[in-house]
Amino acid sequence: MPEQFLWAMEVMLNGLMAGVLYALVALGFVLIFKASGVFNYAQGVMALFAAMTLVGLQKGQVPFAHLINTIFGTDVHKFGWELAPWLAILLTAGVMVLFAWLVQRFILQHLVNQPDIILFMATIGLAYFMEGFADLMWGADIKTLDIGLPQGVNAWIDETTFNLFGYGFFIDNLDIAATIVAALLVVALVLFSQYTKQGRAMRAVADDHQAALSVGISLRFIWVMVWSVAGFVALVAGIMWGAKSGVQFSLSLIALKALPVLMLGGFTSIPGAIVGGLIIGVGEKLFEFLVGPYIGGATENWFAYVLALIFLVFRPQGLFGEKIIERV
Amino acid sequence: MIYREAGDFKTSYREDSQTFPIKLDRRAYWTLMVVAFAVVPFVINDYWANAVLLPFLIYAIAALGLNILTGYAGQVSLGTGGFMAVGAYAAYKLMTAFPDVPILFHVLIAGAITALVGMAFGLPSLRIKGFYLAVATLAAQFFLVWLFNKVPWFFNYSASGMINAPERTMFGAAITGPEASAPARYLFCLILTVALAWIARNLTRGSVGRKWMAIRDMDIAAEIIGVNPLTAKLSAFAVSSFFIGVAGALLFAVYLGAVEVGEAFGIQKSFLILFMIIIGGLGSIFGSFAGAAFMVLMPVLLKNVLVDGFGWATDLAAHFQFMIVGALIIVFLVFEPHGLAQLWRLAKEKLRLWPFPH
Repeated sequence: MPEQFLWAMEVMLNGLMAGVLYALVALGFVLIFKASGVFNYAQGVMALFAAMTLVGLQKGQVPFAHLINTIFGTDVHKFGWELAPWLAILLTAGVMVLFAWLVQRFILQHLVNQPDIILFMATIGLAYFMEGFADLMWGADIKTLDIGLPQGVNAWIDETTFNLFGYGFFIDNLDIAATIVAALLVVALVLFSQYTKQGRAMRAVADDHQAALSVGISLRFIWVMVWSVAGFVALVAGIMWGAKSGVQFSLSLIALKALPVLMLGGFTSIPGAIVGGLIIGVGEKLFEFLVGPYIGGATENWFAYVLALIFLVFRPQGLFGEKIIERV
Repeated sequence: MIYREAGDFKTSYREDSQTFPIKLDRRAYWTLMVVAFAVVPFVINDYWANAVLLPFLIYAIAALGLNILTGYAGQVSLGTGGFMAVGAYAAYKLMTAFPDVPILFHVLIAGAITALVGMAFGLPSLRIKGFYLAVATLAAQFFLVWLFNKVPWFFNYSASGMINAPERTMFGAAITGPEASAPARYLFCLILTVALAWIARNLTRGSVGRKWMAIRDMDIAAEIIGVNPLTAKLSAFAVSSFFIGVAGALLFAVYLGAVEVGEAFGIQKSFLILFMIIIGGLGSIFGSFAGAAFMVLMPVLLKNVLVDGFGWATDLAAHFQFMIVGALIIVFLVFEPHGLAQLWRLAKEKLRLWPFPH
């Protein structure tokens, strides 16, 4: 088999893995959008915040250490303990639930019935606030996230493909782990929304707010729940991206990458988020590989957006979105 | 007591429809103009020009531009930074290609080029709406920044990839380059800001502005009553991009002098301008100025109070700045969606009745 083709195959596989990670972030968007009609720009910052909280709790960092030291002239940095990863994850999940409640209590409740675009801009404000808050709480330095996920090239795939084609594919163990976790997460979400009482209530709210209210479903509770679930998804995304490239500010920019994924897949569709993520992941890696060298490289910055833009002109509701019907 | 229209009789339609119907407002406006044109240039120094006045004037133009598109025509754009970059690079190419032409023409033509680019990226707005469009304008943001970073023709093949403003003059005075004096740079920006604000004010209350507002309020209904969405939306994109392009050209040539595209015109700049118009007031000319002043002054004040006053580290102050901006956006959207401009209007209403509110 020609080498060029094998390389393209490898790039495509890596693109699929990257696409899974995009889909993970996009999933959080879709959940909130379906249930509350809020387009949550802060999803990426939530992932950053979750990852930072996880690292901070695990390493026993004192929250707001820098601020406390500046005001009181003390010199505290660490509590001096190290938590087990599972306990830190559990505590972080608790923090995300608290965060969901605060968002619902102080922002969403006051913005009921406002136009979508106002809510969107409010979440941009929320993202800014969280960015400053997370840095203030845990410090702005780059942190390494280590909860014992496998790292490095997968030797088995490398060997097998070498024996088969005479060329070993380079695929990161972490990406494989992320794919498995993402698949489990999607299955869990589907089971939750299909077979539990709360999950059904959530789908009812997504279908029609008023009808859900009239059969006695508490909108507030559902919104807190949905934001909590989105917080868990953000936590998972934060762990995966954090383990891949360190916990730092750029983590919050993955939210921007998830936007074209959503536009491609449709804002209201969970399968759309996954398929959209895979298309964008493969598309941008292949484009960079095939066309990038001729036009200067680093096309990954914009390829996803331009693809989504062109796509939207022909199909405004995305691949799997509900048809947009407008009435006066 | 003195702020009221009693005794101020209008005898013609022209007088009745003027921008400032109350005499005190007119006097305040003209006093402000006299101070801005005849007093400030004599007392301005480099610190005030660079820290406050120049960024205020330039961002006010950009905020006016975005407000036309978002506040008046209802098309949310997150591509402001990219369009400012188009203005900056167009100005740079023109300045180096035609060194003898006065700088004013470079800036205006750069604005016109940006208007064309803006219209091209505005075309999808005919098909997609709301935040779908907001996300689509991100394509403009990232693509344009990448383009100016990667294609060497735009930065004249300079080794650093940065663009530097050469010295260009207007009426014999240097406006750009290291030799330019603070009063000259200030006056140049001031004249453009005042002229563009005047244009914006009169466009938005004329028939064009009414069409934009009809599209904003409900585009299908507007179409039914005879507003052509194609021309209304594209003209909003064109005018808005012209303003933003001029602001980008000024930001690069007059204020910064040298820019690196990703740093000066990144996505953060788009958000900065968007925040200006949310805090200042969507759909208000005064709001654009108020928002620009607020977003320019707040970091300066915070730095003065927290860093110089309390002796805090600069990164702490920066975190607080993020939190304050974010919280303010939410507070304004919740309690006063029309921003500072609406607070100003309410204050004026109160003042008209003061001290006898009944």
